[in-house]
Amino acid sequence: MEPLLTVENLRIELTTRDGIAPVIDDLSFDLHAGETISFVGESGCGKSMTALGIMGLLPDKIGRIASGKIIFNGEDLTTTSEQRLREIRGNEISMIFQEPMTSLNPVYTVGEQIAEVLRAHQGLGKKAAWDSAVELLDAVRIPNAQRRVSDYPFQMSGGQRQRVMIAMALACEPKILIADEPTTALDVTVQAQIFDLLRDLSNQSGTAIIMITHDMGAVAEMAERMIVMYAGRNAEQGPVENIIDHPRHPYTKGLISCVPHIMAKLTKERHELTEVGGIVPSLSEFGQDKCLFASRCNMVTQKCLEKRPPEIEFKGGHRSACWFAEKV
Amino acid sequence: MSKAEKSDVLLDVDNLTVRFAIKRGGWGKKSYLYAVDDISFEIKRGETLAIVGESGSGKTTTALAVARLVAAHQGTVALDGVDFLSLEEEALRLTRSKIQFIFQDPYSSLNPRLRAEKIVQEPLDSLNTVSEAERQPIVDDLFKAVGLHPEQQRLFPHQFSGGQRQRIGIARALSTQPDLIICDEPVSALDVAVQAQILNLLRKLQTDRGLTYLFISHDLGVVQHMCDSIAVMYMGKIVEHADRMSLFNNPLHPYTTALLSAVPSVDKKRRKATKRILIPGDPPDPLALPKGCRFANRCPVAQDQCLQSQPPLRQVAKGHKVACHLVTEKATSPMVGLKLPS
Repeated sequence: MEPLLTVENLRIELTTRDGIAPVIDDLSFDLHAGETISFVGESGCGKSMTALGIMGLLPDKIGRIASGKIIFNGEDLTTTSEQRLREIRGNEISMIFQEPMTSLNPVYTVGEQIAEVLRAHQGLGKKAAWDSAVELLDAVRIPNAQRRVSDYPFQMSGGQRQRVMIAMALACEPKILIADEPTTALDVTVQAQIFDLLRDLSNQSGTAIIMITHDMGAVAEMAERMIVMYAGRNAEQGPVENIIDHPRHPYTKGLISCVPHIMAKLTKERHELTEVGGIVPSLSEFGQDKCLFASRCNMVTQKCLEKRPPEIEFKGGHRSACWFAEKV
Repeated sequence: MSKAEKSDVLLDVDNLTVRFAIKRGGWGKKSYLYAVDDISFEIKRGETLAIVGESGSGKTTTALAVARLVAAHQGTVALDGVDFLSLEEEALRLTRSKIQFIFQDPYSSLNPRLRAEKIVQEPLDSLNTVSEAERQPIVDDLFKAVGLHPEQQRLFPHQFSGGQRQRIGIARALSTQPDLIICDEPVSALDVAVQAQILNLLRKLQTDRGLTYLFISHDLGVVQHMCDSIAVMYMGKIVEHADRMSLFNNPLHPYTTALLSAVPSVDKKRRKATKRILIPGDPPDPLALPKGCRFANRCPVAQDQCLQSQPPLRQVAKGHKVACHLVTEKATSPMVGLKLPS
C-alpha cells in the first residue's frame, strides 16, 4: 500500500546568531493510514520542528526546509504554494498543540472556535457549523455538550480544554493528526482518557497519528512504530515492541532505563537509575560529521568522533544510527 | 505509642486543615474552600513519604502548611516532638532552618541576579548562626556534594542547564542542615534523562546525610522509586496511606487502583495484566462537597452507603490505612472480581 505521508531526507535549517544550524538533519520515514507513529527524545532534539515542518509552520524568515521532500498524497508539501498549504492545514493534516491552556483563544467560546474550522474549510453555514461543533464536543466525551459549547476556555478544566483542541483538530476528519505532547500538562487519569479517545478515533476514521512525546510508557501504549530523535537526527527507528525489547542505540537504551517504571510486580530492591550524563548539545554543534551523542555515550570510541554513523538495518524495519548497533 | 517509637518519628502531622476564604455572592459573604481537610500522617526519620494525587487534590497545600508557608486552620505539625505551628519569633526562625524546600521549577526559583554561590549561602546569611568565615567552606562542600564544579560558583543561574539549576536548589536546601526536606515535584520540569541524575542524587544525599523527605509528585513511577510510604490524596483527604510494597502490589481504594491502572507502562506483562479502569467525570466542586465519600460520583463500585456517609481513614492491615466503606477487614479491594467492560 502506498504510504500516506513520505518524508525523504528532510533537512530543516534555522538561522541563529552563530550561523545556520540544521535542526533536522537527513530524516526519512513513512506513515500509513490508520497507523500511529511516535517521536521520542529530549527537548531540543527536533521533534516539534519535524511537526512544524510537515505543517508548513516553520518560523518565518528563521526556519526553512533546505532540502528533502515531504510527500503527502502524492503532493510535495515543500514546493506547494502557501495557498494550497492553507487548504491542507487544519483540514487534511491537523495538529494538537502541547499546552491546552494557551492554545485556545480566550475571547471566543469554544463552540465558535470549533465552528470556525468547519466554516473555513468545509464552507458550512453558521448554524450547521455550530451544530457540528456540538456533535464534536459530544464525540470527545464532554458531558452536556449542548450547554458547554457556549463556554469560554477559562470555564473548562485542563482535560476538557485538551478535548476541545482534539475536537477542533478532528473537525474536518483529517487524514493525519499530529499530537505534540498532547498529555504532558494533564493528570494520569485524564491522560488515559485522552489516549483512549485518540485510539478510538483512529480506529473509526483511519486517521494516522504522529505523536510526539518523551514518555516511553505512552509510546508503548499508543504507537506501533517509533522514531528516536537525537540532536536533529534519527537515532533509531522501528517497531515499538522490538525497540523496547532490545534497543539498538545507546541513547534509546538510556532513555528507557533512566526512568523508574511501574512493573507488573513491585519488588523490595531498588536499582540505581541509569544516568545519561550531560545534556543535548547546543544548536551550534548540530550537523557535524560525527556521532552527536558521543559526548554522552558510554561506548564511545575514536571512530564515533570522526565520522557520522550510517544507519544499520535489523529485522522488521528496525534501523539504528550507531557504529556499534550490533553490540548494544 | 511507646517512647522508643516516638523518637524515630520526625514529623507528626495531626488533623491538619487548611482552608481558603472565597468571596461569593457579593456583600462580603464568604465561604471556605477546604484545600486540606483534616489529614494526619507521620514520617519516620530517614525515610521518604510521598504524597500523590491529581492537580487540585491538596498535595502542595499540605506541603506548604507543613513548612508554615500557608497558615493552617486547625491541627498540629510536630517536628521532633515540638509543635512547629505554635512557635513564634526567634524559636520559629531557628526551627525554620530544619525544614527546607526544593521547588518544582528550577527556572523561576533561583534569583537571577545572584551568583550561584550567593544563592547557596543566602540561607546561612539570613540565619546568622555560623560565623561569616565558616560560610564559604560550607558552600564549597555543598557544591561538591551536589556534583557541581567549584569554578561554577561564580556563575549566574541563566548560565546553568535545568538539571544544574535544580542541583543549586538542592544545595541551597541543604545549607542549613535541615532534618526534613520537602521536595515539591522536584523533577517534573526536567528532561527525562536529567531526571535520573537528580533522583539518584536525592537518594544518595538521603543515605549520606540521613535526610527525611516529604516527596510530592504526580508521577507514580518516580514515587515508586523514591519513597518508603505513600499517601494518596483526593479532594483534600487522604484516601489511602500505606508502605510502598502494599500500596503498589495491593492497592485497596478504588481511586488508587484507577490511578495506578492509568499509568502507561513499558512492561508488556503489566500492560496485559492491568485492565484500565476508567473514572469518568470530574471531581466534585470543592465549594459544594457531597456529604458522602468524595470519590463516590466517579467510583465504579459505589453503593448507597458511600453517598450517605464519609468513610473514615482506618487501618485494615499492618501499615495499610484506607478510607473506603467497601474494603473488608481482610484488606481485599472492592475492585477485585469486578467485571469491567472491556
